[in-house]
Order: sequence, then structure tokens, then C-alpha cells
Amino acid sequence: MASLITCPHCGRRPKEEFSIRGDAVPERPAPAASEEAWHAYVYLRDNPRGNIREYWHHVAGCRRWLVVERDNLTHAVFAVTDAREAAKGGTA
Amino acid sequence: MTSSRIANVGLVDHSRVVKFSFDSRSYKGFEGDTLASALLANDQMLMGRSFKYHRPRGPVTAGASEPNALVTIGKDARTEPNTRATVAELYSGMVAKSQNAWPSLKFDIGSINGALSPMLGAGFYYKTFMWPAAFWEKLYEPVIRRAAGLGKAVMEADPDRYEKSWAHCDLLVVGSGPAGLMAALTAARAGLRVILAEQDFRLGGSLLSETAVIGGVSAPDFVSATLAELAAMPNVTLMPRTTVFGWYDDMVFGAVEKVQKHVAVPSADKPVERLWRIAAGRAILASGAEERPLVFGGNDRPGIMTADATRTYLNRYGVATGRKVAVFTNGGSGYRTAADLSARGVNIAAIIDSRAESADYAPYGVRVIRSGSIVDTKGGKRLSGIMTNRFGYDEMIDCDALAMSGGWSPIVHLMCQRGARPVWSQEAQAFLAPDVGPLFIAAGSAAGHATMSECLRDGATKAHAAVEAVGRLVGHVNTPEVEGEYDPSFAPLWYVPGARSKAFVDFQNDVHVDDLALATREGFGHVEHAKRYTTNGMATDQGKLGNVNAVALLAGMRGVSPAEVGTTTYRPFYTPVSFGALAGTARAEQSRPIRTSPLHGWAKKNGATFLESGFWYRSAYFVEGEEKTWRESVDREVLNVRQNAGLCDVSTLGKIEIFGSDAAEFLNRVYSNAFLKLPVGKARYGLMLREDGMVFDDGTTSRLSENHYVMTTTTAYAAEVMAHLEFASQTFWPDLDVRFVSTSDQWAQMSLAGPKSRTILQKLVEEDLSDAAFPFLAAREVRLKGGLSARLFRISFSGELAYELAVSAGYGEAVADAIMEAGREEGICAYGVEALDVLRIEKGHVTHSELDGRTTADDVGLGKMMSAAKPDFIGKRLSTRYGLTAADRLQMVGLKPVELDKPLKAGAALLREGVEPSMTAGQGFVSSACFSPHIGQWIGLAMLKSGRERIGEKILVWDAVRSTEFLAEVCSPVFVDPDNLNLHA
Repeated sequence: MASLITCPHCGRRPKEEFSIRGDAVPERPAPAASEEAWHAYVYLRDNPRGNIREYWHHVAGCRRWLVVERDNLTHAVFAVTDAREAAKGGTA
Repeated sequence: MTSSRIANVGLVDHSRVVKFSFDSRSYKGFEGDTLASALLANDQMLMGRSFKYHRPRGPVTAGASEPNALVTIGKDARTEPNTRATVAELYSGMVAKSQNAWPSLKFDIGSINGALSPMLGAGFYYKTFMWPAAFWEKLYEPVIRRAAGLGKAVMEADPDRYEKSWAHCDLLVVGSGPAGLMAALTAARAGLRVILAEQDFRLGGSLLSETAVIGGVSAPDFVSATLAELAAMPNVTLMPRTTVFGWYDDMVFGAVEKVQKHVAVPSADKPVERLWRIAAGRAILASGAEERPLVFGGNDRPGIMTADATRTYLNRYGVATGRKVAVFTNGGSGYRTAADLSARGVNIAAIIDSRAESADYAPYGVRVIRSGSIVDTKGGKRLSGIMTNRFGYDEMIDCDALAMSGGWSPIVHLMCQRGARPVWSQEAQAFLAPDVGPLFIAAGSAAGHATMSECLRDGATKAHAAVEAVGRLVGHVNTPEVEGEYDPSFAPLWYVPGARSKAFVDFQNDVHVDDLALATREGFGHVEHAKRYTTNGMATDQGKLGNVNAVALLAGMRGVSPAEVGTTTYRPFYTPVSFGALAGTARAEQSRPIRTSPLHGWAKKNGATFLESGFWYRSAYFVEGEEKTWRESVDREVLNVRQNAGLCDVSTLGKIEIFGSDAAEFLNRVYSNAFLKLPVGKARYGLMLREDGMVFDDGTTSRLSENHYVMTTTTAYAAEVMAHLEFASQTFWPDLDVRFVSTSDQWAQMSLAGPKSRTILQKLVEEDLSDAAFPFLAAREVRLKGGLSARLFRISFSGELAYELAVSAGYGEAVADAIMEAGREEGICAYGVEALDVLRIEKGHVTHSELDGRTTADDVGLGKMMSAAKPDFIGKRLSTRYGLTAADRLQMVGLKPVELDKPLKAGAALLREGVEPSMTAGQGFVSSACFSPHIGQWIGLAMLKSGRERIGEKILVWDAVRSTEFLAEVCSPVFVDPDNLNLHA
């Protein structure tokens, strides 16, 4: 895991200020989506090696939810985006 | 005397005597000594006993890698075991003790283990202790385990302070020898923010031990001049006594600074150690190289140390390690040591050179035995002679010390802590630093350079590159000329054949060559297997000296190259770090936050007993008069609330202010029940689900104005609910205009409950509080008499007529006092969370005891709060899935033991009457229980299979933990006022 995360709002901050929710790839299905789609959203997660996208919450900083793209093997961080922007941009 | 101080030699201050004790004997050293150098100056070569065989041992190094000279320093609560005497800065009044020896260091009964050594070979843990079983308890455990040990920790609490801090720099230089100094100087002159960290108490590294002349002055004088320049620059931080122990992601380094470990009684104004996290733009590893011991028979006797250590004791500390010193070498270091010793008048017994020829030359008149080796040594507490062998011919040579040199290993640990492995170089016959990218590079002998001038130049060059990389101009730095340096190159010699006694590889753990051979024969030749099988490299020194020899020996035994054997995994910490430093200020009452309510002072003066609830200290109950048990207090409080009135601190509930034009829509989506049409000035009880359909949290939300709401959460889930709202807003519905701010700590909130609460409150509130003017679920800003504005909510957890009053935190205590005063004639009392719990159980209200993450709204009788009309809310879709609507789910019911005196306890299992108690026959469990003074017996809430259909049934309550079984009647969970008459009074 990275030691320092560059928050788009607060700059480079130590990882202890953040809490990690997990996989940012699944998208909340439409209310009327199938039960299978909802089951997959709530319960099923991939466990990839390498590049991952995660939700990190800057709890001890700006309190924004962020999408952190990183390599869980090398710990390199590629991008940190505000989750709202990521959601609006449709890339989350 | 054999080892002794030489007058006016070295960097110690001969005019400043430092008194200390070792094993209760008084000694004198000088300022600038380590404990080891001072003991050697007093001819105390024996400093410890080895781990397994209890062999007598002296220091083998003069630095951080020391395996042998482990001592306990300090007394009483400041006792610190397993401290390396070779790096312990001597101070006045130091109390040091040897360890792992009984009854004394000189006569250690444990050394009999040496005679048992055939039993204690490699893998002895796995073999010897197998059989017979009884031997384990009777012999092995008590005798062997106790004998094989290190220093003992004391039981007293550490009285000293520790702290943690961050540091930031453009360039971190690790190590202050020739490469580190030149690197720091080059970068500093170019204007970079530089941190120069050095584990020693004196900066200068190997330059402090060398006799070469740099730029026309002695090496130590060159150090002083360079440091003076660095110290004068505002962009430079010099950090002596600071060990950089770890390299972490994103160029963050861990370091520990020993701020006050060199004083007998530390000042209370400063920490004794400081743990640094250094965020560096770039870093240069200038940690130097470690001289290898040679592996020959009897190589562990006190008096045998590395040539480098011998030179350090001589040149830096002015201590000759013997009167007649022999040298065993495979390279230039041995010759250099002989020359330095000879120049100080120390006799050289002989130089035994493993090579047939070399360009090194010996001091005048010193005998050199080429193609020579040592096959055995003699001496008890100190070396007295060596058995040399040349072409099969033995010769015993008398000496009282031996300087050995087996070549050099770059110290590359830090660079290998994040997965990269060191790289074997056939040419250098050493493992070199791996390429870990441009931000962290090795310089000097850590990068495999040999001579001092090369190291000086390399330090400057590497820093030069770093400066250019960050786009700065390089200042003018001349690499100074070096005169009288030596060439430390060597010919590999991993094992000296013909050993006639044990040839040790890992001194601290007593691993010798035969152990590694046995491991290889028995199939444990892989470097990681051999480590565990023989314990090589597993001691407190982590094999800093011995590992490379072990790797080469395994390679030889397996007939492969050291590159193929590889190294074991490098991990932080480079040297041991105290628990105190890692804990920092987070200890005792500071080990976690303490949250106290704004009404803590009010509760305290009213006699509260506090209960820890998460980080909060909540008032549990208030003892009055002669009350002796908590039950007496709680029963009184409960009855008084139902008869008169009570005041309870509910400030710990989470409070979230919600603003925005879409706040109503947002609330409608996060609560399962309808929120769109909540009128201004009203509160509503709301239920939040998780996306999987289970209940997440509950609380009331009040609409204070069109676009302003205040939400309350449970105490335990305040932070989680806040994060949940933020997540939903930012990721699910980023287009909704809604904002949140947590105000849990900004408000003092108190619940005034009981039939007389209105009468009391009306005395303090300007507005009309009649039922018509301020009905149930009214929520409005009000003005207190005297002008203070407050928020008033007519909500009730107890089921009585009740209000929650919130005022700014700072006014809380004064307002609570005023309410108590105003309510005196109505018989008001303070009540705590225990009474609150009884009141809510009597009323059938749920808490997280019921909402435990496994319950649906319907399970706890709140099915009507699941809006069917709303198209979406969090948890809606999966709340109707298979299993969550089954008729045989556990449902919340009330319970009353059939016999009035049976105490119901939460956690007890429920079974059908007449069934043999077992977990598999379980029908549910008691979730909450209390003694109800109102009912006059214990009552409870329980989760029972199909519970609501079973009202009136007798069931068995089985408490396997407390071994009780009795019958209880299933009843409605509402025990008082089922028609809510009190609530609406």
C-alpha cells in the first residue's frame, strides 16, 4: 500500500488519513435491475493482481470519497480522482 | 593488561572521565567512548555468552552489526536488555550488566551445553524434542529453553516519553562516511533541503577510524570542517544518533532518533527516542560496507574481531585490543590494521595471509605467512594463541588478540526491503545493491566502491546527478585529494579448511559450519530452509555479519554459485527498534482517544459512574444516598422517570446537519421510510438499511427549515453513518444538491423524560410547550429564559412524555444545572444509560443489540417502515429477496420468565419446551434483558423463530455460559403503555 496519497483537494497526505472501502468498479444497478445484477453488485468482487480501482475516503482530511487507481503488487499509484467527478465522468 | 588505552590517541576526550559500572564493578572511560571501547580500555574483553552453548564472547565488531557484546543497560524501570555495547554511547553513571550467564559471566554453568553440542546441532528443536514426550516438560522446556536466552525485560512500566514526527527533504543521505558527507555537501551547496542521518552519535562514519589524510588534514579534521559548513546551512538537517531502519512506499523512510539514550536520567521535557517518518524526494544510501569475519576453527574466542573493528578501537577510541595482535586476512584491510597497530607500538604476532601473493605490504619486521590459515585457537576468557597451518605444517603462535578480514559486503539492506533482491557480483565477490529506480541510489562502498577517494568522489557524483535531476544548478564541489589510503580489495575465502574445532558462521545463534552441512545433507539446503533449520541469521543481529558467509558456504556445499543460492528476505527493521518508539505517545490513557460529553462535568458532580462505550465515557448510573449496588440506583432512576422526571445526557448520539435544495430527496433515498413530506418543525424516526437489505442504523431526523435538517444517529454508528451519507451523495447521486457536516461534538443534548418534564421545561423555555403548541414530534428552535437559543425536540426513547434539548456544547453544563434546579420540586433525578436501557426495553424499542446486522426491519417489527411507494432507497432491492421475507425468520418478541426470580441474561439461547438443550435445537436468543422495576421482574427482548405467532408460548431459556435453564413466556415486546398514552400526554 502506498505511504502517501495525493488527494486532489489536500495534496500529498499520509495513508493513515484515509480509509479504504474497496473495489470501485461495481456500479450500483438501477432499482429495477435483475436480482442477479444486484447480487453481483453487493456480493461479488474480483480479486485481481496488478491494477485496481478502489474507493478511498479522506476521513481525516477533506472527507471526500476518492477513486484511487493503483497497483496492488508494486504499490504504485497511478491516479487519484474525486469520486464525484469519477461518477459524473462515468469512469468509476 | 592486554587490551589497553593508548594515551592521547583517538577522538575520545582524555580529559573527561566518565564513570560507569559493568556487572557491579566500577570502571572509568572517556567522553566519546562506547561501552565496548571503554570496557576494552579496561581490559574487559569478555562481554557476553552465546545463545546456545554459552560460549564466552567478546565484541567482534565496533558497530551496529555486533552479534556478541549484548548487554543490559540501565536500572529499575529503565532497564533495557539486548543492547549492543559496541554502539551504546557511554555516559556518566551507566549501569551495564552481562546477560545469558549464570551464576556469572566468568563461570557460566550453561557452558556445559557446549559439551552437549552433538545433541544441539542443526534442527535440534525438531529432532531432540520429539521423544520421549515426558522429557519435554521435565527436561527440555525448563532446562534448555531457559538456558538458551537473551536479556530479560523488566516488569515496570517505562517511565520515559517517546514521540513520533514527520520530516521532509529533497534528499535524504543515509550514512555520514566519505560518500555520505560528500553527497550531503554537494546537494546542500546546490540548495536542496538535505537530511543527513547517521546512526552513530558522532558523524563521520569510517572516516573517524582511518588514518589517511584528506585535503591536507586528518580524516577526522576533514569531517569536522565539512560538518561545520553543513551545520551552517539552513537547508541542512544533521541527524546524529538516528538509524534509518526502513524504506517504505513513496520514498518514505522510517528512522529512530535516540534523543536521550546517552544520559542516566533523561530530561522530562524531551522524549528519549523519536520515531521519524522521513518523506524524501530522493535518497542516497551511503551506509558503507561490512567487513566479513573469516570462518575458521575456534573463530569465536574473545579477542578475535574484525580488522576494521580493531582499527576503529585503535584510531577512534585510542584502545589497543591486545599487546600482541595477530592478523588473519585475505586482503588489504588486514595489512592496514597491522600498519596502524604497529605505528602505535602494538606488537604484531604475524600476518596470516590466505593468498599466495599480494601487493600489500606488512609493517617493517612483521612476519607474513602467505598461503597460510588458522585451523584452531586457544584461550579461555580471552584468546591466547592461534594454530596456523601452511601447506600442512602446524605452528602455534602466541597472541592475545586477532584481527580478521574476510573481505567486504556492501550494506544494502534498506534497498532490499521492498521486494528487490541484492545482486551477486562475481567480480566484487559480494551481493551488490539492486537497481530500485532513480530516486534511491547507493553511493560509496555501499555501491561497491573500495577506496576512500573513490567513495568521496562517488558521493559527490551521485548527489550531482540528484541535483541535476531536480533541475537545480550544481555548486562547485572539489573532491579532495586523499593521501595514504589503502586498497581494501581481497581474494574470496569463505571457509578455512582443516578446522579442528567449531568454525562459527552466526556467532549469536551459535551456528557453525557443520550445522549448515547437516542442513544441506538433510535436504534443507535452500537458503530459507537452512535459515530456519539452523537458525542462522535469526538472532537479534539478523545475520548482518554471518549471512553472506552462510550463503557462500551453502553454495559451496551444493556446488553452485552464491547467486543461485540467493539471500533470505530483507525486512525492516535494520536494527531493533524499541516498542516505546513505535508506540510513541499512544500509551496508557493516550493509547486511544477519550471522548467526554459536554455534560461530563455535570454528570460527574451528580455522582455518575462512567461506562466506556467506544471512545466515549457515558454516565451509566448515579449513586444516591445509601445505594450500594448499581441495581438500586438504576431501579430508582427508572421508577422516578416514569413517576416524575429524569434528565439524561444523550450528547453522544451522532448529529449530522444536512443542507441543500435536494436534502429531502436525498433523505428519502437513504431512509427506508418516507421523508419527502416531513414538514418544517417536525421530527421523524427513520430507519436506514444496508444495500443487502439489513438494518444499518436508526435515529430521528428533524426538518429545521426548508433545506436544513438535523439527523441523529446511534452513538456507535455516528462515524459510519456520516461516511455512508457522503459516499451515497458523492458516488450514487452526485447531481443531488446536498451537503453534510458532523456536529456531534458541537451540541450538548439532554433528554428530559417523565410525566413532569413539560412542567419543568416550561419554567426555562419562553415558548408555549402545551401539547397543542408543541405536540409529539415537534422539533423547533426555542429561546431559553435569559436569551440562549436552543433546539427542542419532542421525542422519546423511554415511552414517557419527553423532550430532547440541545444547546451549544459550552452552555451544556449550565443548562443541565438549571434544569435540575427547576425540577427539584417535581422530584427530578439524573439518570444514566443503564436506566435508559431499562426504559427502552420496557417500551420495546430497539438498539444495536437487536439491529445486529442480521435483522431486517420486519424482524424487529418495523416492517411498516419499508416504503412500498418509493421507487428506490438504499437496501430496497435486496430487502425482498429470498430468505429475507421467510416466515420462519427470527422475530423480535418480549420475554418474561415464568418464575419471577429468574434473571434473564442477554445471549441466552431459546429452545422449545421439553427439548434437550443443544445449539442445533436453538430457536433464537435473548438480545436484551434487564430487571424491570415497573414489571417487578426480569424481562427481555429476544429474537425468536416466527416469534410473533408464538405470543403466549412457554419456551426454554438456556444459558450454557452461566449453566441456567428456565421457562419464559413469549409476550409482546412492549411492556409498558402499549397505547402510547404517556407519549402523547
